[in-house]
Amino acid sequence: MKLEQVANEIRKNIIKMLEKSKSGHPGGSLSAVEIFTALYFKEMRIDPDNPKWVDRDRFVLSKGHGTPVLYATLAERGFFPKEELDNFRKIDSMLQGHPDMKDTPGVDMTTGSLGQGLAAANGMALAGKLDNKDYRVYAIIGDGECQEGMIWEAAMLAAHYKLDNLTVFLDHNGLQIDGKTVDIMNIEPIDEKFKAFGWHIIKIDGHSFDEILNAIEEAKNIKEKPTMIISSTIKGKGVSFMENQVGWHGKAPSAEEAAKAIEELGGGLND
Amino acid sequence: MTKMVATRDAYGEALKELGERNENIVVLDADLSGSTKTSVFEKAFPNRFFNVGIAEQNLIGTAAGLAAAGKTPFASSFAMFATGRAFEIIRNSVCYPKLNVKIAATHAGLTVGEDGATHQALEDISIMRSLPNMVVLCPADAIETKQCIFKAAEHDGPVYIRLGRAKVPVIFDENYKFEIGKGVELKAGKDVTIVATGVMVDRALQAGEKLEEEGISARVINISTIKPIDKDIIIKAAKETRGIITVEEHSIIGGLGSAVAEVVGENHPARLIRIGTMDTFGESGDGFELLDKYGLNVDNIVNKAKSLL
Repeated sequence: MKLEQVANEIRKNIIKMLEKSKSGHPGGSLSAVEIFTALYFKEMRIDPDNPKWVDRDRFVLSKGHGTPVLYATLAERGFFPKEELDNFRKIDSMLQGHPDMKDTPGVDMTTGSLGQGLAAANGMALAGKLDNKDYRVYAIIGDGECQEGMIWEAAMLAAHYKLDNLTVFLDHNGLQIDGKTVDIMNIEPIDEKFKAFGWHIIKIDGHSFDEILNAIEEAKNIKEKPTMIISSTIKGKGVSFMENQVGWHGKAPSAEEAAKAIEELGGGLND
Repeated sequence: MTKMVATRDAYGEALKELGERNENIVVLDADLSGSTKTSVFEKAFPNRFFNVGIAEQNLIGTAAGLAAAGKTPFASSFAMFATGRAFEIIRNSVCYPKLNVKIAATHAGLTVGEDGATHQALEDISIMRSLPNMVVLCPADAIETKQCIFKAAEHDGPVYIRLGRAKVPVIFDENYKFEIGKGVELKAGKDVTIVATGVMVDRALQAGEKLEEEGISARVINISTIKPIDKDIIIKAAKETRGIITVEEHSIIGGLGSAVAEVVGENHPARLIRIGTMDTFGESGDGFELLDKYGLNVDNIVNKAKSLL
């Protein structure tokens, strides 16, 4: 399958699992689909049959409410059966509302409380350097999440310890639960802020596979600096009535809405 | 004369020994390495030491990532900031995923002294004890501290180790064997039981001797593992003596006293008096004078013990 097709399948599974769970976060999941697809289907050194492989690339979803896109991607990549997605957020499920590394194959770090994942990614990158391992650490942070002070503590540390084995995507969709990020608590100019903190900055269209993959390659060649890929994205991307709508941050679609969304995405599910 | 050693000094030595025999040990500090004594490890193993700056949330978050990648991190700061500022990171990034992070926090309690209330953690045991998967240790002297550190390193999962700033008497000899989850009877007695932890164990022993001189047989128990607590030794004391006094350099709310009350209340109801700070903050002053002022003194233990008879 081409990356575009994979991304489309992931989108459909996000909608489907949210409809079943009647709870969860579609907006910030749909905005990061291309980044996940590029990482898990093109870039990352991973083995779905050996999720704890010590030499694997690591991934931390610092914006932990993006579990729908994480789980849909892991299932698509074969870390666990797609049927599991039907149990998302339900009692006794291995698919918790926010990522749980103990129970879910392929989840490298428990997250959910905003701001904490980036520090954990730093720790993994430090361990890789200490052990002379060549694995890379990837993380996704949200733009609203940059309002957490801990992000900036971690931003300092990554640059201070020259963590060039760390590549972070900022899912810059401009919206948070209460409204536009620029209105709630402006984080701009976010590129200059991370640059001032000592990061290598790349700005891309977060829905373009070419730009995502080129940025990942560029980051691999940057020495002695962590890289922040500031990815312009559309919250709710791919579903017309969800796009750029703050109301779809943390609301599951009804059966009718889900059907409409799946239809927009080409209908059916190829599984 | 009794040898006086601060538990934080024993921590520094223990870390260095651990570092020599285990390459997986890494140490993090938040700009207090000279005070917490992690600087001893830094000097020996600079590559395995990470100063995160004055950023306790980052201290714990980074340690969590190191543990997720297979390391055994010891993260240190003052007890106030390690458990207070970083509480939610300890909860969500360490205890919930049961990561192998050891939080060794120094400068706990009133014996911080002159720095005053902002720096005197009197609720750290309470909040650490409430976290699932967390083991809580509070050693009484230098010898027990070293063993706590070694056992914490062997334990698979999060451990909180509460250490002090002040020099305290060495109680144990080199033959002492610490085990996680085991209380130790330091003095036999049949009339009343004094259960103490940390710095207060020495004063509990002094109180025990004083009671003995007055013809009262006092049992003295050291509880250095506050969680999981040694239920058996407490239930036995509740059955065999006429009451229990708990003594800790910590609030009476949520610490050793509460833990003992829970065990006694659910298993063998007995008279119990908690000695600790009485739902109040500390203040500046000499550490041991502060212990006296806040009721953490030998006479108060003796009087409370007598009141149970």
